[in-house]
Amino acid sequence: MKAGALALGAAALTLGIAIAGQAREQKVEGLRPVSAFAGIADPGARSVAIFTEMGKVIQHPRCVNCHPRTDRPLQGDAQLPHDPPVSRGPADRGMAGLECGTCHGPRNVAFANGKGSVPGHPEWHAAPIAMAWEGKTLGQICQQIKDRKRNGGKSLDQIAEHNAHDSLVGWGWNPGPGRTPVPGTQAQFGELTRAWVASGAKCPAG
Amino acid sequence: MNAITPTRRNFLQSASLVLGMTLPLGKAASAAPAQSGLPFAPNAFVRVSPDNLVTVIIKHVEFGQGPATGLATLVADEMDADWSQIRVEMSPANDPLYKNLAFGTMGTGGSTAIGNSWLQMRSAGASAKAMLVEAAAKRWGVPAASIKVSKGVVSSGRRKASFGELAADAAQLKPPEKPVLKTPDQFTLIGRDTPRVDSVAKTNGTAMFTMDIQRPGMVHSAIAHPPAFGGTVKSVIDSAALAVPGVLAVKTIPHGVVVYARDSYAARKGVAALDVTWDLSKAEKRTTEELYAQFAEAAETPGKPVEKTGDTAAALRGAAKKLEAVYQFPYLAHAPMEPLDAVLEMNGDRLDVWLGSQFQVGELTAIAATLGVPFEKATLHQQFAGGSFGRRVTPAMEFAVEAALAFKAWGKGPVKHVWTRENDIRGGRYRPLAVHVVRGGLDPSGKIVAWDQVVAAQSFMKGTPMEGPELKNKGIDDALTEGIAESYKFANHYVGQHIMEAGVPTLWWRSVGNTHTAYAVETFVDQLLEMAGKDPVAGRLELMEDPRTRAVLARAAEIAGWGSKPPAGRARGVAAWKSFGSYVAQVAEVSKGADGLPKVHKVWVAVDCGIAVNPNVIRAQMESGIGYGLGHALYSEVELGEGGIVKQENFDSYRSLRIAEMPAVEVAILASDANPTGVGEPGLPPIAPAVANAWRKLTGKAVRRLPFAVGGRA
Amino acid sequence: MATDFTLNGKPASFDGDPETPLLYVLRDHLGLTGTKYGCGIAQCGACTVHLDGKNRRSCVTPVSMVSGRQVTTIEGVAGKEAEAVHNAWVAIDVPQCGFCQSGQVMSAIGLLRIKKKPSDSDIDAAMAGNICRCATYVRIRQAIHDAAHALEA
Repeated sequence: MKAGALALGAAALTLGIAIAGQAREQKVEGLRPVSAFAGIADPGARSVAIFTEMGKVIQHPRCVNCHPRTDRPLQGDAQLPHDPPVSRGPADRGMAGLECGTCHGPRNVAFANGKGSVPGHPEWHAAPIAMAWEGKTLGQICQQIKDRKRNGGKSLDQIAEHNAHDSLVGWGWNPGPGRTPVPGTQAQFGELTRAWVASGAKCPAG
Repeated sequence: MNAITPTRRNFLQSASLVLGMTLPLGKAASAAPAQSGLPFAPNAFVRVSPDNLVTVIIKHVEFGQGPATGLATLVADEMDADWSQIRVEMSPANDPLYKNLAFGTMGTGGSTAIGNSWLQMRSAGASAKAMLVEAAAKRWGVPAASIKVSKGVVSSGRRKASFGELAADAAQLKPPEKPVLKTPDQFTLIGRDTPRVDSVAKTNGTAMFTMDIQRPGMVHSAIAHPPAFGGTVKSVIDSAALAVPGVLAVKTIPHGVVVYARDSYAARKGVAALDVTWDLSKAEKRTTEELYAQFAEAAETPGKPVEKTGDTAAALRGAAKKLEAVYQFPYLAHAPMEPLDAVLEMNGDRLDVWLGSQFQVGELTAIAATLGVPFEKATLHQQFAGGSFGRRVTPAMEFAVEAALAFKAWGKGPVKHVWTRENDIRGGRYRPLAVHVVRGGLDPSGKIVAWDQVVAAQSFMKGTPMEGPELKNKGIDDALTEGIAESYKFANHYVGQHIMEAGVPTLWWRSVGNTHTAYAVETFVDQLLEMAGKDPVAGRLELMEDPRTRAVLARAAEIAGWGSKPPAGRARGVAAWKSFGSYVAQVAEVSKGADGLPKVHKVWVAVDCGIAVNPNVIRAQMESGIGYGLGHALYSEVELGEGGIVKQENFDSYRSLRIAEMPAVEVAILASDANPTGVGEPGLPPIAPAVANAWRKLTGKAVRRLPFAVGGRA
Repeated sequence: MATDFTLNGKPASFDGDPETPLLYVLRDHLGLTGTKYGCGIAQCGACTVHLDGKNRRSCVTPVSMVSGRQVTTIEGVAGKEAEAVHNAWVAIDVPQCGFCQSGQVMSAIGLLRIKKKPSDSDIDAAMAGNICRCATYVRIRQAIHDAAHALEA
């Protein structure tokens, strides 16, 4: 009885590893280059397809976690509410006495225990509530990114520039120990954004 | 009214008083621990120095519950000392002088500190006072009966002297054989909010804990433990660890692999860099889910009876209404803020140990024996301890032994051995996982006619030197079923227990068995009363026999305004429980939080712990028991995953109560002339069932599996 | 290369691994043990110090990050907010085991320097990162209010 249960446990363990292995393979899959979309003749359809590809970055936990729809950012690949329970505060940099900078520094800092890190960047902060992505569809996020009232007043060209070169965006590809990076490279993400803008910046439905 | 109403009134008074004191246990005191040769030390607990300071020797560890203040209060009151002249000093490890009278050895636990010291410390103070009075009588040539003592001043007519001025004379006298103790109406400090002796040092950072000890030439050690309980080291590749700057050595001891370094950062990085192959062939590999299933299977059978009245099976068969429940309680870590730590040093053939020891003689004995040092050559430098909740000692003293072995394996000088938080959460010695199967029956009138409760859990006493005769001879461990049979009496009443075996080491944890027995009984009875159409307070009062439990329940209901309508969206629940000789009832007012978990707004508490030595400390312990109990009930679980590996490892996964989750607490202390009993633990048992009862009223959900985060979201 | 910074108003230096968190530099090398280790992963707040006057968890602050900056610990914190917080803490006997209290006190001072009259929710927000296993939270809240009142007077 006991031996059976243990054997079952061992089987489950092996299975668990196999599943985790698959997941890992999927996650290291990069971004498809702009050229991969050249075959789509209709510019609108091509634009939507490119944005959908960009969605692999935009909807990744590394990005969504700090684009919360509430005052509280999320944490980790499981996207649990940030613990300690922090709040965005009046300037999206935390509350008096517990600011983002109380824990987050200008760069990632690995824990001494060898497991994980506190992420960091000189400009570490939450996206303003107008730019919330948490819980939204890719189509909704796309509309939002195009809307100057909800994108920090940026033109589409400025959005492309932001995605290609902003170093806080770039943190997503270098998130520190214990965190899955977003797929591809920032350069690829920038190229996809330029191609999306060039193809008419169309948004997925829904 | 909140727990801290004396604030404004006492603000200036207590601030100036306490700020006027030197640090009772600060660096200066610990640097010069032995102040022998002072003129007047009438007994092992009191010393009066010529500078008019009264030092009270404290035999209990101070890990937060206030015994240092409480014991000093007992002495100071009987002496009629002024509180500002009182100092405290931690006693050496010496059983004949300083044993816990309830244990027979030095130790702090079971909420016994004030209770066992009540007459002892008062006698020590009364004896000292009598000698000071006699010294003054001789000096002034007046009858002792003409002498008055008040606030540290001895006087007769116009003559006045301080304790310090009389100390040398008093030291020449013999202590009275039977010092006369005060009657309660004569108390001047007992019953008042005497300021804590340790607040200043613990506010300005000067309080010294074991972790703060620095010794010349000291190295820091950290340890890697086996990932599953019962695992051992098979082989170690230490090259990467040794390459960490500051790492000095890596040694294997039976407890795990120890890394020595110039600072604790390097030691911890070294541990992270170890490549250890573990032998897990004998490890406990069952998961929490498997243990729950096996324990539940056992709890379906009667087990060993601890209560058997009437015919429960027949009464259940004939009951008009029945209720059945299976309760699941997880393993819980204590997680004191200061993880386990020790500093050891040899000086010639003498051993010095710095420790916030919960069992001073036991731990020092274990360390000395491990190192082959005679006990007489070993000195314990007792420190403040950063919390314990039961964690700082185990029957086998295995942390003390681990620290000694780590010290011995280094062999080149003093070692500070400190667990990381990960060692702490994953290190075992948990509150035992427990399953209760409970069945109850009502007759047509709504009377509870049958109660059948069986508990399956591990025993942490079995097979240890602390095993009592009932456990040894009958195989019954009272901790499993603590308080169940005493809480309510029914005509047909069965309580049984199964001692389960598992390789996960367990331990006493703040309020011990009451952590789960109170929850099962007080939620189950609440539900039965609801089925009978009875009010939770009135229904309990009908059932309860013990007048002191009845009194706290009635008082808690009164201050909570039980019966009045709670604000919209809120419900109130109640629970009452006696533990460690103290009686506590709580009413919790609860709403539903955004996370689907209870948001507890306020808790009304009534407590009867005999004579209230320090009401402010009692209120603080009610707050603390509530906060500690609530945090674990809502969020905490140590879960064994695949292969018996603990899933949690730090406060990110072993969630602690945070400030926004702490309810307001209002405490009523019942007047009593009974001898004082403890308050460190009794505040805890009622909070989880009180919240659960409110939650069931609010959401309809009866929570059978703790924590709420796992079994109680609504 | 040594890291130089100002510690409690005086020059300080650490000549070791620049990745060493400030916590361990303070405790193990500079002998300032009032700042405590509680978790090592910025979850509990026991290690809170002030970096250029603001609350900062020293367990996740590599010492290189404080180069040329002002570090204040519980041993050196001063000023009217510090005095008010100390007095308020002692007046109502906030501490129990006391191990977390250096961090609580530093966080509370950091809050009061920014918010003169914090509300309950301001206190919840500022103190959310400081765990007290003894659950002295009721008194922490009260002491912060008391300190704010004292500062007003």
